Order: sequence, then structure tokens, then C-alpha cells
Amino acid sequence: MRETIIHIVTVLVVLFVVLNIAAGLIWVERRLLALWQDRYGPNRVGPFGLLQVAADTIKLFFKEDWVPPFADKWVFILAPGIVMLTVLMSFTVLTFAPGIAIADLNIGLLFVLAMSSLGVYSVVLGGWASDNKYALLGGLRAAAQMLSYEVFMGLSLMGVVLMAGSFSMSAIVEAQRKMWFVVPQFLGFVLFLIAGVAETRRLPFDIPEAESELVAGFHSEYSGMKFGMFFVGEYVGVVLISALISILFFGGWLGPVLPPIVWFLIKMFFFIGFFILLRAALPRPRFDQLMDWGWKLMLPLALANLLVTGAIVLAVR
Amino acid sequence: MLSVIRTLWHIFLHAFHPRVTVQYPDEKPYLAPRYRGRIILSRDPDGGERCVACYLCAVACPVDCISLQATEDETGRRYPEFFRINFSRCIFCGYCEEACPTYAIQLTPDFEICEYNRQNLVYEKEDLLISGPGKYPDYSFWRVAGVEIGGKGKGESEREDPPADLRSLMP
Repeated sequence: MRETIIHIVTVLVVLFVVLNIAAGLIWVERRLLALWQDRYGPNRVGPFGLLQVAADTIKLFFKEDWVPPFADKWVFILAPGIVMLTVLMSFTVLTFAPGIAIADLNIGLLFVLAMSSLGVYSVVLGGWASDNKYALLGGLRAAAQMLSYEVFMGLSLMGVVLMAGSFSMSAIVEAQRKMWFVVPQFLGFVLFLIAGVAETRRLPFDIPEAESELVAGFHSEYSGMKFGMFFVGEYVGVVLISALISILFFGGWLGPVLPPIVWFLIKMFFFIGFFILLRAALPRPRFDQLMDWGWKLMLPLALANLLVTGAIVLAVR
Repeated sequence: MLSVIRTLWHIFLHAFHPRVTVQYPDEKPYLAPRYRGRIILSRDPDGGERCVACYLCAVACPVDCISLQATEDETGRRYPEFFRINFSRCIFCGYCEEACPTYAIQLTPDFEICEYNRQNLVYEKEDLLISGPGKYPDYSFWRVAGVEIGGKGKGESEREDPPADLRSLMP
């Protein structure tokens, strides 16, 4: 009984914290982007513009929640839910600090990869159900993008799994007591970072959205809180990938003096900031260029990384 | 690949650059004296209206937002009976100021002329006239124009010789 309550409380706390960080990221991103573009960003609503998030949320709730008459209604309504669901499900296996995890599965990493693969369905279905040519093009590009990054995303992490000898998040973090995996697995880290940006569909790989070409890509027809779900889903995705990078390559909660959860949050926010810096700095490639790099450059590199790591792990054992 | 990292670094360094934003309502920007904002009608140094109601501004106006009616006082000095600018149409191009032969109509650096009611953007002559000479403090059209008006006869203008006596042989 007591354990059940602890589980429920953990779930609720994680859900609360993750969703709040994701919502707060809207403000963080706008302020950071502004900082790097020599502007101020939102600084009027509340102290430092912090209440901008609340204002935006209230605005989203009051917008007309419209389903176009030509849309495939049920798929249209379902699509934004899928993105939230899959990304939030991925958080169940993350270990934030020793003992702070919803379910420390022994196939944790595999579960995350599976959920992230499912996440792309929301984009493709959203684009398809909208029955709008821009949305369809966005969905098409999302599919093409998924085909190009998903393969080397999984493979780039296999080096980490080989070195840790486990798919479980806590085991992977514990295996980094001597040395963070970013050192021996630097190539894997770079590949996963690139795949992670593509996975969250953020600049420079926001090809399915591509405001400057496709209106708003797959969510052109979405409004109100359905759009908000895509929006928050994207930010939760950023939090997820940042958390994954810090767990898999930067020793998760490991660190001196400060409590483990603080170390984890510091590392995670560092990568969230890096995501925003990427958005501030880099232009968007064409989706055929992304496929080109994905298959002709990233995949061979990931395979080579896997082979060499495997050979070394075998030799050392 | 190296260029990407270089770009990221350069963008990151912008965190330490000063911000270019002017936080407008708290902090007013400096606007040049020749900024093209709200239109005014100026007066000459003696306090009389400069406008001679020649209609050139109304003709030059590309959006036809100026309307006026000329009249004369008892001394023969022309002035507008009414002078009306519809600021909801005005595009602040400054052609009226360029066309004006007497520096009467001038654009000012004031741009805060918002109204809740569109009708309030129609400015009458009383709203347009200011008490001073605007950008040209010493200029007075009637003092240099060789026209006879009340209080000033032929040849009494500045830099003007008295009229020649046509019947005299003297130079």
C-alpha cells in the first residue's frame, strides 16, 4: 500500500515538474533567443516577463478550438495527444537521481527509443488528417526525416549500451563513475545530439514545420490547445533529449558536493540551453540533404563507432 | 562542420553584446528634427499665419488627405478659411512640406497621435496651427514677397528696391 502511494506521488511529481519545465521553456527560449539576438524578449508580463507563460496558456485556452470540416476528425483530434503521450511515457524510465525514477526498466533505453519512434506518428497523422497540402508536405517530410535519423539514433547509443553492459538508465549512469561516456563515446555523443535535434523536430531540423516554407507544416490547421499540445510536446521532447544526453553521456546525477538531483538538473539545463543556441545560430537544411547526411555519413559513422567499441570492449574483457 | 561550431560560438558571444532594443514607452528614442511625423501649420516671426492657401500641398498630397479653402482678409493677405488634414489617410510622405512655398506646413518628430475614434484623427486648422515658426525661425514670406498687402506697400519688402518710375529718364 505504502509503495503504491509512493509510486503515485512520484508519477505526479515527475509529471508536474516535467510539464512545468516544458512550459517554462517557452519563456526561457524566447529570452535566450532574444539575448543572442541582442534583444530583450518578453519582459513585460510579471517579473522578467515570467508570467508570459501564463498569459500564453490563457490565450491558448480561449482560442477557438477548431476542427476543419474537411479534416479526418478523429485522427485530427488524436494526433496531438500521441506526441504528448509518447514523450511523457519516455520519462517513466528516466532515472533522475538514485531512487527517483518511476520505473527503472532493464530495457529503459530501448523503451525510450521505441516511444520516440512512435512519436513521429503524431506528426505524420496530424499532417495527413489535416487534408491540407502544406500539412501533408510537413507530414511527408516528417516521415522522410524519421527514416533518416531513427536508424543512426539507435545505433549511436549502442556504444554506450556496450560499455555499460545494460539498457537500464541507472546501470548506465553507475557505469560512468570512473569516466563520463562522452570521452570514449564522443562520436556517439555527436551523432546522438544530431539525431536528438532531428527527433524533437527543432531548428535546424524543423523540416516538417518549416514556417518559412510550409506555413506551419504539419500543424498548419491546428489551433487552440491542440496546437498547444504540439507546442508543449516539442518542449517536453527537448527536455527528454537533454535529460537523455546528460544521463547517457555526462554521468547523469554523478558529481561532487551538490545533491544528485541538482547535478542532473544542471546538466539537463545546459543541454536545453544548447538546443536553444542551435536554434539561434543554424539555418535549416533541405530534407533531402538531411536524408543524404543521415544515410551516407551518419549511419556509416555510427556503424563504425559500434564496431570499434564492440571490438575494444571484447578485447578488454 | 568547423563553420557550424564557429557560428555557434559567435552567436553565443552575442550574450555579452549590448542590446539594441529601445524600450519605447519607458525610453523615448531620439528622432531627428526632420523626422516626418505629425503635421503642423507654423506662424511667421510676427505671429501671423504663414499659410497663403495656395493649394500646392493639397495638390502634392498623394492620398488627398489635405483640404482647405482660400480666402483673403481686408488688406489682401491670403489665408485659409479652413484647413483640414485627415491623419487617418496621411502617409507622412512629406510632399506637402516640400511643395509649400512659405514653409507654413511642416512635419514634426511627434508620432504619438493614436486615437480610439477614427473621426478624432481629422485635424482642423486650430489643431494644426502652432504658436511658433517651426524649423525656420527667421523666415517670413510676406516680408520678402514683392506683393502689396496691408501695412506694406510696393518696394518695401526686404532686399527689394523701390519701384522704378516708368516716366522718369533717370537711372
